[in-house]
Amino acid sequence: MNSLESLTSDIATGAVRIVDLTHTLDPDFPVIILPPEFGQCARFRMEEVSAYDHRGPAWKWHNISMSEHTGTHFDAPSHWISGRDVPNGSVDEIPVEAFVGALVVIDCSAGAAADDDYELTPDVIRAWEAEHGKIPEDSWVLMRTDWSKRSGEPYLNMREDGPHSPGPTPDGIRFLIDERNIRGFGTETVGTDAGQGAHYVPPYPAHYFLHGAGKYGLQCLANLDQLPPTGAILMAAPLKIKNGTGSPLRVLAMVNR
Amino acid sequence: MTDELPLPPRKDPQKRTTSPTRPPEARSRASLGLSAAAAEGRFALQVCADCNAVQYPPRDACSSCIGTDLLWQDIAATGQLLADTVIQTSTKLYFRERAPWRMGSVKLDAGPVVLCHIHNDCEKNSAVTMLNRLDASGQGVLLAIPTIRTTHMEDDPQLRALSADPRHRRILITDAWNPNTPTVANALIEAGASTVFIGESESWRPHPNRDALAAIDKVEVLPLDVTDTASVKKLAGEIGGKTDILINNARFMRPGGVLDRGDTGFAKEEMEVNYLGMMRLAQAFGPGMCARTTDGVNSAVAWVNILSVNALSNTPDYGCFSASNAAAYSLSQSLRGEFRGAGLRVMNIFVGPTDDAWYQPLPPPKVLPPAIARSLVDGLQRGLEDVWCGDIAKDVRDRWRRDPKVLEREMTNGGDGA
Repeated sequence: MNSLESLTSDIATGAVRIVDLTHTLDPDFPVIILPPEFGQCARFRMEEVSAYDHRGPAWKWHNISMSEHTGTHFDAPSHWISGRDVPNGSVDEIPVEAFVGALVVIDCSAGAAADDDYELTPDVIRAWEAEHGKIPEDSWVLMRTDWSKRSGEPYLNMREDGPHSPGPTPDGIRFLIDERNIRGFGTETVGTDAGQGAHYVPPYPAHYFLHGAGKYGLQCLANLDQLPPTGAILMAAPLKIKNGTGSPLRVLAMVNR
Repeated sequence: MTDELPLPPRKDPQKRTTSPTRPPEARSRASLGLSAAAAEGRFALQVCADCNAVQYPPRDACSSCIGTDLLWQDIAATGQLLADTVIQTSTKLYFRERAPWRMGSVKLDAGPVVLCHIHNDCEKNSAVTMLNRLDASGQGVLLAIPTIRTTHMEDDPQLRALSADPRHRRILITDAWNPNTPTVANALIEAGASTVFIGESESWRPHPNRDALAAIDKVEVLPLDVTDTASVKKLAGEIGGKTDILINNARFMRPGGVLDRGDTGFAKEEMEVNYLGMMRLAQAFGPGMCARTTDGVNSAVAWVNILSVNALSNTPDYGCFSASNAAAYSLSQSLRGEFRGAGLRVMNIFVGPTDDAWYQPLPPPKVLPPAIARSLVDGLQRGLEDVWCGDIAKDVRDRWRRDPKVLEREMTNGGDGA
């Protein structure tokens, strides 16, 4: 058997499990909230076109609308001002090989349970590496916080001084980019940055540094607790939107049982 | 004297809901001036420009001098009850179902003798005050009520039929986020509403009214987002059969005209909330409400929109928002026609700039929530179709009626420097 044949066989037998890391696109799923004078992220909406009725007797279908950054979604480098000149920086230009690759999961769930503003720092990453080995170059790094288990108001955790949710510090994300040359960074929260990420220098450091370096982002991921720290494969292919800065997508992981 | 209207018992599920019937709708074109005045709660009759004779009934030529220049004018709504009778049956289904029905003649202080409905508390030969109210067909009809108030006079069946009184009714306010919602909810409860349902969108983030609404007895906050068809249908499925009055106060607005914006993002959201939101609500709640317009004491009775007065004439500093309200106003006229057959009223409350975040840079006067609440309750109690809330709304209305083009030219000045 070649490697694809053995993979097919392993999936069929359950030796390799497919884990869905995606939230359902739902009108009630939170989106990022910006000051109201700014343009806003469109919520997911679905309008019935017909449902086996006078509008179309034998078929049911919907028109859907949303932002590129609604629900579980992919961030391309052109999403951020720092990545505006990155070559192949929009979703339609990214080489498709980038959409399948190795992933590691840094478990921050205990820290995030204790502190809504939990920070992913270089020390946290080094401590993880001491246990699981050095993060391989060109891999996806997913920050597990179990935030995806929250729903309703605790998800954005919006207060009068803004949202509170975990994320990387500027040093933390730079470490992953400069020292480990990762492919992308993914979170369970509404963005790759912490809820209070606007107050770092620079503001929104994960967006700023990742996309400036041509790296990708994934957010609103789910089921990271079902992934091993290392050894899984991530499949995350955004829609091929002309000049798109991101895309809702189905994110899957292949895991050895 | 009128007996106090008790809180109706819960509906008997074994009884068929009564189908709506209506009083006669046909009128001459000249008579529609009475309906136009009733839509605003005014008592008006034609007055001859040549000889000043007050006309009744409405006509095309003066009954004194045959002059044809008959102008609708507000006149003194006072008179004396001359004679009255009680109709025991009628060939008209609407009155047959409601007999006995008191009618009579009143000598108006302004001159004519009119035939009209008579409130049961009016004593023979007594002084009466005339109301010009919209009936269930949306036409102006005259009702004489006692000049000296009697206890519970609003509970008289004839008068209640000419109103959309919130008393004992279950009311849906569509937007918990609107700054006016707690004040409006309190005012409706004060006016006797039995339940106020309040739709809350995006319950996944906090909003400033939440605590205030939770503290009000008789308020039920339920999920509703007028931009989400599924959400609107779901709530209609739950409470559509007991929504007697729907108050659509959902509003999305951002300042700016076409060139300020540079894109269609906010304009689209304005249309989604202010225009399509009304459409979604009407498609989901309208049929159920129309089927319940004669469903006893707490029947479905009114649909209320709160619109910017710039629906009539655009103000370019809020140009795109004004356009969405023009669309909503036009849609409300369609709804009037579509609801008419069932006798469900559509009341539009026109407001000038409101005292909230998006009108913050504008100087006073601005409309405060208590003013909206007062206009709303008063409009329902008087069964109005068009309510003008605040000085700016009234001013724009008057200028629009005088000359829409002059108003447009004033609203679209290019600023200083020319």
